[in-house]
Amino acid sequence: MAQLPFIAAIDAGIHQEMRRDPNVLYFGQNLATTENHEFVAEYGHDRVRVTPISETAEIGIAIGAAMAGLRPVVELYMAEFMLVAMDQVVNEAPRFRYMTGGQVKVPLVLKAGFGFAAGWAGQHTGSLTALFMGVPGLKVVVPSTAADAKGLMATAIRDDNPVVFMHHYLLTLEHGEVPDGEHLVPFGVAAVRRTGSDVTIVATGWMVNRALGAAATLAAEGIEVEVIDPRTVAPLDLDTILTSVAKTGRLVVVDQAPRHATVGGIIAADVAEFGFSSLKAPILQVNARDVTVPYSEPLEAYVIPDEARIVDAVRRVMQSGG
Amino acid sequence: MSLQSPSSEQQIEMLTQMLRIREFEERVKRTFTEYPGVIRGHTHLADGAEASIVGALSHFKKGDAALATYRCHGYPLALGTDPKAMMAEILGRADGICKGLGGSMHLTDVANGFLGTSGIVGAGIPHAAGAAWAAQIRKKGEVVFCFFGDGASKQGAFHETLNIASLWKLPVIFVMENNGYNVVTTSEQEDANAAAGQPLAIKATSYVMPGVTVDGTDPLAVAEVVGHAVARARAGEGPSLIESKVYRLSAHGNIIAPPGVPLHYPEHEAITVFGKREEYEAALRGDPVPRFRGKLVQSGILSGAAADALNAQVAAEMDVAVKFAVASPFPALESALDNVYA
Repeated sequence: MAQLPFIAAIDAGIHQEMRRDPNVLYFGQNLATTENHEFVAEYGHDRVRVTPISETAEIGIAIGAAMAGLRPVVELYMAEFMLVAMDQVVNEAPRFRYMTGGQVKVPLVLKAGFGFAAGWAGQHTGSLTALFMGVPGLKVVVPSTAADAKGLMATAIRDDNPVVFMHHYLLTLEHGEVPDGEHLVPFGVAAVRRTGSDVTIVATGWMVNRALGAAATLAAEGIEVEVIDPRTVAPLDLDTILTSVAKTGRLVVVDQAPRHATVGGIIAADVAEFGFSSLKAPILQVNARDVTVPYSEPLEAYVIPDEARIVDAVRRVMQSGG
Repeated sequence: MSLQSPSSEQQIEMLTQMLRIREFEERVKRTFTEYPGVIRGHTHLADGAEASIVGALSHFKKGDAALATYRCHGYPLALGTDPKAMMAEILGRADGICKGLGGSMHLTDVANGFLGTSGIVGAGIPHAAGAAWAAQIRKKGEVVFCFFGDGASKQGAFHETLNIASLWKLPVIFVMENNGYNVVTTSEQEDANAAAGQPLAIKATSYVMPGVTVDGTDPLAVAEVVGHAVARARAGEGPSLIESKVYRLSAHGNIIAPPGVPLHYPEHEAITVFGKREEYEAALRGDPVPRFRGKLVQSGILSGAAADALNAQVAAEMDVAVKFAVASPFPALESALDNVYA
């Protein structure tokens, strides 16, 4: 085990797979600009390249390379930059296996940071995960710990499908224990970050830590919260969530996106449909307020869900219902 | 660099492939009246582009790849795909080359090197560059043929990809089939080069690669120009842009008239939109398929009787394809849930 910052753990996952499989490529803007770049030095320019600011071509090239047998990882830096190339992400990469009747596979990873609520104002702070979650053919990964960042990246690279790897920018420098050597985290297996018997919270990315903070506060009041981190939202481990709700009878979903653009809302709908008989109270959602993320610090903090709003939602869900 | 001219046998093979593509497209067209309703959605025909397709792909070798657009019936025929499986796909049947999941716009035959087709204008161009990166790494001299229309050259994907392909010296041949129309607008209405009277191949100069305009109705001319581009790509010298000037002999696509029948091909936009019947009729008089047949007969490469036999053989082949497709069952309903993920 080593203590690594989240961002280094992602790199460790990429290294692990590039050493193992010569078909893995790594490319994007602003990387591999000198021979000293750690990936260039180890793998060479056949496999590691800097690209111009051309997201459509970057992602499109990844698709073609993948169809021709390679496993590209595209460094996109910010999830918003995928919006420039939304056709390639949503209407090209995930369509080809299906439209060709299974003749091709498109194994690629789109590595994109999101949710940078640190004064980046309106265009670099979005929580866009739900945009990709419902696209058949895409897989969507949202790690919240350094260990998962490495293990989910490695699994994403080995997966034979296009994977959107959404890492939260505010976790970039968070340190965590990361297993040495080969480390893989399976897709579709949620992590129970804290066990509790009174209320289930489902959260992803940076919101997992906020939920855990809220749970600590609530424990002092005698409310035991179970915190579930799905880790991958496509595929989604609904079973672990339903099992938890069967135990607690109460669900709060926490999501950094505006209310009608959340993963949490989709999870809430699934639980309402498949776990209704377990529920003792209406499901509550804690989301960003329905605005573009503002620049000014107190306004930004007001818009993004914080521990106080999560605590408040849990208290309310405890008071409602039977 | 000198290229060998195609032998007599190769020229006969070119004519055969041109005839097969033409007959296939004629049968697709006829299906709208012979079997109303069996074709759904939108189909786009390659008639008029046969010489360009066949001339370009005459340089295709095993290990190479080709990618194209939604106007994709011609390429797989030239690459060896079974027309029965193609027609069955266009009819959405179980025996379709893509199991009925793709249809006319997404014909794909990986086994024969036809790697993929995007229905979004220009979107497939970077895919070809990605496949060319794979070929570059494998260092076996393989190349990628990237087919698209003149309309696609107004997309960012075109410009972004040509820039990177040139920077990285990717082994890809960009074949722009310029048929003069972007759905229902003329090139001059939406292309600054065309409006200024320049060939569209001039776009290559921005990306430091050869840009050549060729008469796409002459398979031998196309084969020669593409041959140089292929040799350059195989030698690791990078991509080329070929502007192949053709005339689309059918309308952009069939008429879609929900909720259903009749679906058919209207007259060409030159007539329906611009009232230029003479332009269209001149294109018909220059139809590349009978012209190349005439050339081979005139030069003694093929006898008139042998050419007639070829016509009959191709007609029989495509008749079998249509009958096969019509008789093929629909896919099992549960198969709609397969192939979402690998």
